[in-house]
Amino acid sequence: MSDFETVAASEDPNARRGPSGEPNAPNQVGGTSVTPGRPRSLAGDAWRDLRRKPIFWISSALVLVVTAMAAVPALFTAADPADCVLSRQHAGPSGGAIFGYDFQGCDTYARAVYGARASLLVGALSALLTGLIALTVGMLAGYFGRWIDAVLSRVIDIVLGIPLLLAAIVLLKRVASDSATVRIAAVIFVLAVLGWTTTARVVRSSVITAKEQDYVAAARMLGASNSRIMWRHILPNTLAPAIVVLTIALGSFIAAEATLSFLGIGLKEPTISWGIDINSGRVHMRESATPLIVPSTFLALTVLAFIMLGDAIRDAFDPKLR
Amino acid sequence: MVRFILRRLLQMVLAFFGTTLIVYALMFAGQGDPIQALAGERPVTDAQRAYLTEKFHLDRTGIDGFFYRYFDYIRNLLRGDLGESLTGRQIGDILAAAWPVTIKLALIAMTVTVLVGVTAGVLAGIRRASVFDNSTLLLTLVVLAVPTIVLAPIAQYLLGVRWQLFPPTAGADPDFYALLLPGIVLGSLSLATALRLTRTSVAENLRADYVRTARSKGLVKRRIVGIHVLRNSLIPVVTFLGVELGNLMGGAIITEGVFNIPGVGFNLFRAIRTEDGPLVVGIVSVLVVVYLIANLVVDVLYAVLDPRIRYE
Amino acid sequence: MSQSAVQPTPASPTPEGGHLLEVRDLHVEFRTGEGVAKVINGVSYHLDAGETLAVLGESGSGKSVTAQAIMGILDTPPAVIRSGQIRYQGRDLLTQSEEQRRQVRGTEIAMIFQDALSALNPTFPVGWQISETLRQRAGMSRGNARQRAIELMELVKIPAAANRLGDYPHQFSGGMRQRVMIAMALALNPKVLIADEPTTALDVTVQAQIMDLLADLRRDLRMAMILITHDLGVVAGVADRIAVMYAGRIVEHADVRSLYKSPAHPYTKGLLESIPRLDFHGQHLSTIRGLPPNLMRIPSGCPFHPRCPYVQQVCVDVVPHDLVLGDGRTSACHFAQEVRDDRAR
Repeated sequence: MSDFETVAASEDPNARRGPSGEPNAPNQVGGTSVTPGRPRSLAGDAWRDLRRKPIFWISSALVLVVTAMAAVPALFTAADPADCVLSRQHAGPSGGAIFGYDFQGCDTYARAVYGARASLLVGALSALLTGLIALTVGMLAGYFGRWIDAVLSRVIDIVLGIPLLLAAIVLLKRVASDSATVRIAAVIFVLAVLGWTTTARVVRSSVITAKEQDYVAAARMLGASNSRIMWRHILPNTLAPAIVVLTIALGSFIAAEATLSFLGIGLKEPTISWGIDINSGRVHMRESATPLIVPSTFLALTVLAFIMLGDAIRDAFDPKLR
Repeated sequence: MVRFILRRLLQMVLAFFGTTLIVYALMFAGQGDPIQALAGERPVTDAQRAYLTEKFHLDRTGIDGFFYRYFDYIRNLLRGDLGESLTGRQIGDILAAAWPVTIKLALIAMTVTVLVGVTAGVLAGIRRASVFDNSTLLLTLVVLAVPTIVLAPIAQYLLGVRWQLFPPTAGADPDFYALLLPGIVLGSLSLATALRLTRTSVAENLRADYVRTARSKGLVKRRIVGIHVLRNSLIPVVTFLGVELGNLMGGAIITEGVFNIPGVGFNLFRAIRTEDGPLVVGIVSVLVVVYLIANLVVDVLYAVLDPRIRYE
Repeated sequence: MSQSAVQPTPASPTPEGGHLLEVRDLHVEFRTGEGVAKVINGVSYHLDAGETLAVLGESGSGKSVTAQAIMGILDTPPAVIRSGQIRYQGRDLLTQSEEQRRQVRGTEIAMIFQDALSALNPTFPVGWQISETLRQRAGMSRGNARQRAIELMELVKIPAAANRLGDYPHQFSGGMRQRVMIAMALALNPKVLIADEPTTALDVTVQAQIMDLLADLRRDLRMAMILITHDLGVVAGVADRIAVMYAGRIVEHADVRSLYKSPAHPYTKGLLESIPRLDFHGQHLSTIRGLPPNLMRIPSGCPFHPRCPYVQQVCVDVVPHDLVLGDGRTSACHFAQEVRDDRAR
């Protein structure tokens, strides 16, 4: 059950307390006075830090490649992934099929290329939906506080406590339809409904921080309405941390989709999904390993790219633990 | 302390009813033909139909019918009567056979996690920003990011099929050796998380004010790290390990499925595949209980370890 | 009592000058990713047996860092001791091995910290933490250490000490916690006690109690004390001499009476004028304009010149040396005498 909840779990929220309040602590020495002449922004520092990191560039490049693959797969392969001939079963590389053919006689490489679309679609839309839910809940809880916060925080606790894979299995079993669109929508919905909590917590705490700022108090004194303060003043402050968390979540959602499809309860044929292909490749690994290894590599690199990208950005914005 | 445990117990009972109600509602509410839904696309024999109708009181309908059925299901669950799967076996028997295997697997994974993960985490935390620290950080990020559905089959292929270092599949009644590779695969995930958590915690605590106090007392470094820092930094780690052990007890669906280990996760995996509805509901219900108990134990453990919580 | 394993043999009881503890021209830097911060720039001060030296300064002036350098508990990295000497009973601690320095900590020089809540380990009972020092450093048995811990807690006037041995730091009030800290520091009968802002985190009434306790203990146990503070009010009743620090330097050094009566550095003068006084009615409180310097870019010449009301061109160009004013007074100001005699301001 600890199958795809681990990335979020490794980020213990308590592990991010600030350094001790000792006035002469070394990391505060430079900050005892305002540096004259050279204003420095957090984003500027973060960008300067990111630019020097090879991991940032590698993961960005991978994200771009896989996005292009999802948008225009024909750029990467001339073969038709649906063109499967049983006589080519497990045939070796030939012509355009650089990784040979799988059990069904389909072009292994072409199927892996075309698999990017479903993965990215599910990942991106789940992240988007997650973002909407998390922003709404986190904003309400953080801004209004009191009983609204108490209730919503309990809801977050409860949803966070539900084992993701088990709940997804139970929910997805209720979706009987085999239509590709319905299944994709169902997977997106299930992942978002179960996966919004971490982001909501991040939004909530950054809303609480932003709420304490002087300019928000000033806006309130000038008579700005709650909704205006939330939209114009607080939302912009919560977007950056939320987007970082969502980038990581996007990677986890792609992994989750593949896992559900692997189990046979996520996407189904004829939709091409890395999870489905990994499962069938696994069954026939003794005859030929490439149909297992190729989609596995595509999936692993894609997930890794998003998670490393998010991790690098977050490190740059939160230098405390470097 | 007693009050603390009682309060947590009460919370657990509430959570138990809440969660089982949700599971039950999701499985049974608003279906056209609940029996067909349970059985999925398989044909249902008359005998099965009669059994299921009686078992789940499907002749009673409407909202109060639903609650009647729910409480009946709870009553059976508490009595340990999980009913029969569609294959006619007692679900209780299936779990009794599966659990020892899952527990063995979980213990192997846990041992790997503690031996490698916590140890390396402490070292990385002490030598923060060293080569060792940076490489473990990168390595654990990779392990965390690579999904189990990639890790497990690839490990099985390379170590089991290609190089034949381990038996590729376990099969019925597996021995320790057969469980070793799946245990390591399973443990590698908890290992990576435990390592990162330990590292952060140790690094944070090394900078804590009380470390400076301990140094000014003239204690040797070994004692400062080994007693003062570890005692504090292992609190979140032990908590994590407790939660993780609870999770592992529930069986690892993917790992057990891939390596063909007849544990709890494997049976759930197969129940989903074969669309055996009663078996799915039965296993999930029990897992919910295991999960809740594990959380309770962890909360109590936390209170035992951290005096600040204990005396709240 | 203090049968510590290695009792440093006093090579000569009164070495050159006879100071118990002496810091000479200490330079400390913090090297971080952002650059090098010069935190201590040539600090010298000394402490004689049985006296109390107050080290006064704003946060970031380097007073705590100097103390931590004496204790040998600076975090290295980022801290680097560039040069200087710290002589204790005539021997330079900075040339000693880590093991030798560890032997000095607690038995010879002990330290108490500002925030006792974070300075005590939250997961061990206070009795355990006090007796740990006794067991580890003085080789006491568990039972003896426990007995001695109770005595120490009674010494610092913790009521019902025997019953509170098993309590954890968070179960004590702020003042009681600081008393626990003090008891722990006194465990090995140190000759020097460094108190780093011991009352800053406490309520005003409790502050006075703790200061009184420290003064009494210092007298009864015949220790010498370095009292680090940013609060001039705390200093007056307790200290014999005061060293005022600014930007990692001692800018003025004098006995308490003369310093209060006629400060000889504009910074000290500014500090004195910014505390409310009962004997001057109707006068508005002045403040020191500007901010403490960025230690990565310390101003040229006298580091105080951008904030100094007496500033002249020479202050921008030339680093002032300590000007000896007699009676052991020094001031690092080009116009020390003028400032001292300028009562009107």
